[in-house]
Amino acid sequence: MNTPPIKASPHAHAGNSIGRSMGLVMLALVPATLFGLYSFGWPAINLFAVTLFSVVLVEAWCLKIAGKPIQPGLMDGSALLTGWILALSLPPWAPWWIGVIGAVIAILLAKQIFGGLGQNLFNPAMAARVALLISFPLEMTLFLEPRPLFSDAGPGFLEGLFITFGHGFEADAVSSASILGHVRTELGQGVALSEATAGQYDFWSLAAGSVTGSLGETSAILLLLGGLFLLYKRVITWYIPVAMMGTLALLATVFHLIQPEQSPGPLYHLVSGATLLGAFFIATDPVTSPVSVRGQLIFGAGCGALIYIIRSWAGYPEGVAFAILLMNACTPLIDHYVRPRIYGRDRKGRPLSYDDSGEKPA
Amino acid sequence: MKLFRIQGGVHPDDRKALAAGEAIRDIPLPPFLHVPLQQHIGAAARPVVKKGQKVRKGQLIADADGPISAPVHAPTSGTVVGKKKHPAHHPSGLPVLSILIEPDGEDRWIDLEPCADPFALPPAEVAKRVAGAGIVGMGGATFPSAVKLNLRDRFELDTLVINAAECEPYLTCDDRLMREQAAAVLDGVRIMAHALGVKKIIIGIENNKPDAQRAMLQAAAEFEEVFVVGLPTRYPMGSEKHLVQVLTGKETPARSLTAELGVVVHNVATAFAVHEALRHGKPLVSRVVTLSGEAMARPGNYRVTLGTPVSFLLEQAGGFKMNPARLISGGPMMGQPLPEPRAPVIKGSNGILALSAAEAADHPEQPCIRCASCVSACPCGLLPLEMAAHTRAGDLEGAAKAGLKDCIACGSCAYVCPAHIPLVQYFNYAKGELTTREKTKLRQMETKRLAEARAARMEKQKAAKKAAMAARKKAQAEKKKREAEAKAAEPDNAQAEAEA
Repeated sequence: MNTPPIKASPHAHAGNSIGRSMGLVMLALVPATLFGLYSFGWPAINLFAVTLFSVVLVEAWCLKIAGKPIQPGLMDGSALLTGWILALSLPPWAPWWIGVIGAVIAILLAKQIFGGLGQNLFNPAMAARVALLISFPLEMTLFLEPRPLFSDAGPGFLEGLFITFGHGFEADAVSSASILGHVRTELGQGVALSEATAGQYDFWSLAAGSVTGSLGETSAILLLLGGLFLLYKRVITWYIPVAMMGTLALLATVFHLIQPEQSPGPLYHLVSGATLLGAFFIATDPVTSPVSVRGQLIFGAGCGALIYIIRSWAGYPEGVAFAILLMNACTPLIDHYVRPRIYGRDRKGRPLSYDDSGEKPA
Repeated sequence: MKLFRIQGGVHPDDRKALAAGEAIRDIPLPPFLHVPLQQHIGAAARPVVKKGQKVRKGQLIADADGPISAPVHAPTSGTVVGKKKHPAHHPSGLPVLSILIEPDGEDRWIDLEPCADPFALPPAEVAKRVAGAGIVGMGGATFPSAVKLNLRDRFELDTLVINAAECEPYLTCDDRLMREQAAAVLDGVRIMAHALGVKKIIIGIENNKPDAQRAMLQAAAEFEEVFVVGLPTRYPMGSEKHLVQVLTGKETPARSLTAELGVVVHNVATAFAVHEALRHGKPLVSRVVTLSGEAMARPGNYRVTLGTPVSFLLEQAGGFKMNPARLISGGPMMGQPLPEPRAPVIKGSNGILALSAAEAADHPEQPCIRCASCVSACPCGLLPLEMAAHTRAGDLEGAAKAGLKDCIACGSCAYVCPAHIPLVQYFNYAKGELTTREKTKLRQMETKRLAEARAARMEKQKAAKKAAMAARKKAQAEKKKREAEAKAAEPDNAQAEAEA
């Protein structure tokens, strides 16, 4: 018998891996993604492909420069997932270079410069989306109503190539504001909520996804299904999504009760924009969220509150990306102060003490 | 009985089926027995036999040395060949002092002194006999059992908990012992309760051992103070403090003993050894060892004479089916690699595992993605990822501050880590290094203290010398002065004398 290597215990493993977790998240995204690609047709498919191809290329290049092994680095699937989520958050008919620049920002600036996988402070996909939104406000806010693949309204394959790689599309002809953008503009002009949402806001169309919006954010039901799948598979825990959506719904309810004609209700906030994608797939990014249960609850609640504040009072109609980035910045602080209680010790780290009755002191 | 919740833990595949069906079998005596002087926590035993001396089975060959120590007995009758260095039952495989015995094949006991009614003995006497039999914690911790029985002097005790959780995967030696020797085990348990002076006994057995639960329930039927409790199958259920919390709901304070809560925990195999020692006067000279793992030709449970080389045991049990990826002493969660199969079976050896590559699950380490799986798996409420990050950066004080000393090295964190980071390796390193540093610091402080004391002493001596010199000088000066004065005062006399 040859001498086996001396290794510390345990000599067994649960069988999970980073690649498996990332793969399951991507699997959970498949329905919403397919629906988005179908809804917005060839240009969306092109943008999705370009973005994913770019992140893999940039990741490989960065790993090469850093002198790290390329194949295992790519195989963990983290870069692909980043690109995937970034693509889902883009306007579906955005030009190809939005995807490429987004990939460079996400992988190079937001992830690899911090030291690669596990080292980044901010969620790479959201950092890229926000940087793009600020740098290219025009391209990043050109939304359109769904034009399904193979339908009369949808562009054909060649036209799709032209839209993505050529001169784009005639914005005035097809573009329309996202629901969040529309309602916000109308409310800003003093229009009452019931009028602003007339013919626009319909819970079931928002839930099903037959609405204007980003590539993969439109179908609330499919995103919710994906999220539940991740919970079932224990890839994510409920703390962040529930705290985030609960806080958002709570604030929306309170303000809706106070001023029903100026503040949309909780359901509107939950099913519109990137709320569900953010709650289940982005805020739960392990690298950039706290590690303790209480920390995750605080983090989720912070995200929810910031989303409501930004959507209601700040300069942008959508606030999920900003909210998550701001809470990402708080993660080290939360992790520093919010820790689990160590066994046999109180919250301050002192050994537990029992009084004479054998009961825990209050 | 109501059970309480504990945090963390994992559910590893228990793999008990490999060996659980195999009854305990005897392993023949090897040509030579290597009996190490150190088979327990504490000071090594002091040899009391000479080279060439004939010994009988159970005869004392090395006596306990100090309050935390345990004696060692001849595992069979034969001749003491001498004191030799032999590879230790330890990952290092380094040679340790062992007594080499050549068996004569007769396996003849010393004159045994059985005790018909151990319950008539005073508790201290029971503890004394347990100590004399060389019994140590046989779950693997090997802490001298009598010391724990004597905790009655320091604490107000009410409950004896018998740890029969056997939460480590693969291991079935306790399971088999309970199924085959339930009455003897229960007798040992009750003798220990008598020694501790407690009224209540709880025997905790994980629910993946229904046969053992049944056997113990049956044996305990007539004793109403004995509760046989089924525990949820969850690792690390057998961790002393966690077991006590599950059974009593009370959490042991950090750096304290469960005795503080009035509870003492003993292993079930220890109870059997106590029965043997008290009822039959037999010291601890053999134990049940589980051989298991995919690479083991005939997994099973074997009664092995202490000092038998592992290689001989493996040979007798049919050897390997395939080349094992790892040879482990103990369970897969906390067991240690055994690089040197010549090492002997000792009091704490509960299992020898030959794991296939698939079982050992070797994967290259990847970067931590802060997924917090380790945080939710940790039964001690620690942040393993943070302790590992501190250790990796060389900040051991930071790791200690994050709770390194509260880590029980159960391995749950590394078991669930998706990045396959060897967290326990980091913590073992950090703990060892911190201990070394503390020792060095103590030594330096002691050296400094001695040096300062010496300097002060020298200074004092010097000062004393100086003072003495000054005093002498002064005395001399005064003497001279006095002489001069005397001369000056009596010149005539002197002259007169001179003239005379």
